[in-house]
Amino acid sequence: MIALSGIHKAFGPNRVLRGVDLVVPKGESMVIIGGSGTGKSVLLKCILGLVRPDAGTIEVAGEDVTRADRDAFLSRFGMLFQGAALFDSLTVWQNVAFRLLRGPGKRPKAEAREIAIDKLRRVGLRAEVADLFPAELSGGMQKRVGLARAIAANPEIIFFDEPTTGLDPIMAGVINELIREIVVEMGATAMTITHDMTSVRAIADDVAMLHDGIIQWSGPVAEMDAAPDPYLQQFIHGRAEGPIPAVR
Amino acid sequence: MRAATILARVGRAVLAILAATGRTTRFAAETLSHLVRPPFYWHEFGAALITIGWLSLPVVGMTALFTGGALALQIYAGGARFSAEAVVPSIVAIGMTRELGPVLGGLMVAARVASSVAAEIGTMKVTEQIDALVTLSTNPMKYLTVPRVLAATLALPVLVGVGDVIGIMGGYLVGVTQLGFNHAAYLTNTVEFLEFWDVGSGIVKGAVFGFIVALMGCYYGMNSERGAQGVGRATKSAVVAAAVLILAANYVLTGLFFSA
Repeated sequence: MIALSGIHKAFGPNRVLRGVDLVVPKGESMVIIGGSGTGKSVLLKCILGLVRPDAGTIEVAGEDVTRADRDAFLSRFGMLFQGAALFDSLTVWQNVAFRLLRGPGKRPKAEAREIAIDKLRRVGLRAEVADLFPAELSGGMQKRVGLARAIAANPEIIFFDEPTTGLDPIMAGVINELIREIVVEMGATAMTITHDMTSVRAIADDVAMLHDGIIQWSGPVAEMDAAPDPYLQQFIHGRAEGPIPAVR
Repeated sequence: MRAATILARVGRAVLAILAATGRTTRFAAETLSHLVRPPFYWHEFGAALITIGWLSLPVVGMTALFTGGALALQIYAGGARFSAEAVVPSIVAIGMTRELGPVLGGLMVAARVASSVAAEIGTMKVTEQIDALVTLSTNPMKYLTVPRVLAATLALPVLVGVGDVIGIMGGYLVGVTQLGFNHAAYLTNTVEFLEFWDVGSGIVKGAVFGFIVALMGCYYGMNSERGAQGVGRATKSAVVAAAVLILAANYVLTGLFFSA
């Protein structure tokens, strides 16, 4: 479904990605792990076209993303941002229905609102939340609204950028469960970036570890604990000592 | 060696100015190109029209009122030196419509609007809301920049027109209550002296200043760096750039409209 080949990206002298090769099969949930500043978010943004890679090719369903029709390409995606990235000036339901109120898939306002409320219910929020503004919600509720917005147009591919960052363990567990349920239910291909190992075990079918600009290890989540890779083992067990320097 | 260092610094500064000018010009050209290509977000345009136009009315009105009053006092005092006090109504009118109405209106709107637009868009950028717009198949230039730039370009001429009237009324109030002018004679002098182009040139200036104000707010907001400091810097730069460009554009336009 998603195939990355030889992706390079540098910001000035800082070479963040140094040849990333990765394949995410259709309907699979791939989780990318790695330390802070290793380029996980940059990789997602490269796929979405928010950042242009210096070299390499990115294909989605066999189509080179640089040659694809931009609107049609983006209409296949949903994304949950790290801070939810809800639009402050719009109410919760208008945020969720943003795509349904504009562009080629535009629906009548009443229908879009109905769909938004339905999606809010799906992520465990009551209909009364629909008319509130994002600033009136807690961090966990904002993440759920972000999740509802990501799935509002039933996308084929969903990206989750640090979905549990800043949440308490219970709320993080709720979000992890929701992500897993929704991905299975919709049959979507999912790509999640996180350094929360609880999230990895809850969400992933496959795991890829990004370190030093390349995919250091990748494989099924069931094989992760037994893998001999020292970088992976240091990361998943949170050890200060190992091949990854503690001070970066 | 020292001369070479100074030369290098000057060269770097000139290059930086040229690069900034190029980026701003490119941003302006991009904005104009999106202005004539669908989709157009009418709801965002309406909201911007209210925020930029309607809500700026009090500040522009107060500025014009006090400026008109002060202008009347100054012209009266200056005119008294050569027994020309009678020119107060006509000079207040021409001063307000040609210069002070558009320039002070533009500067006040720059302070109010360029800062808020830059802060709003800058915050959207650092909180990834602009990236979210892109992932929702919405072009940020069309959704954020075009409605604000168009609203400011259309609203500022109206604000200038209203400011002209209020400014002239400020001069009238001072003239009648403090300087001993006959109220009917003051108004007659004003109306008979003004020509269409006195008002029209100010209105055209208003449109140009409105374009500049919103463009600077959007440009610096879109290019805001990360964090609160980045947004703060973008806000400050937007107001400074808008104010300087308004004054420069005013000089150019005045030369264009009124040089012999």
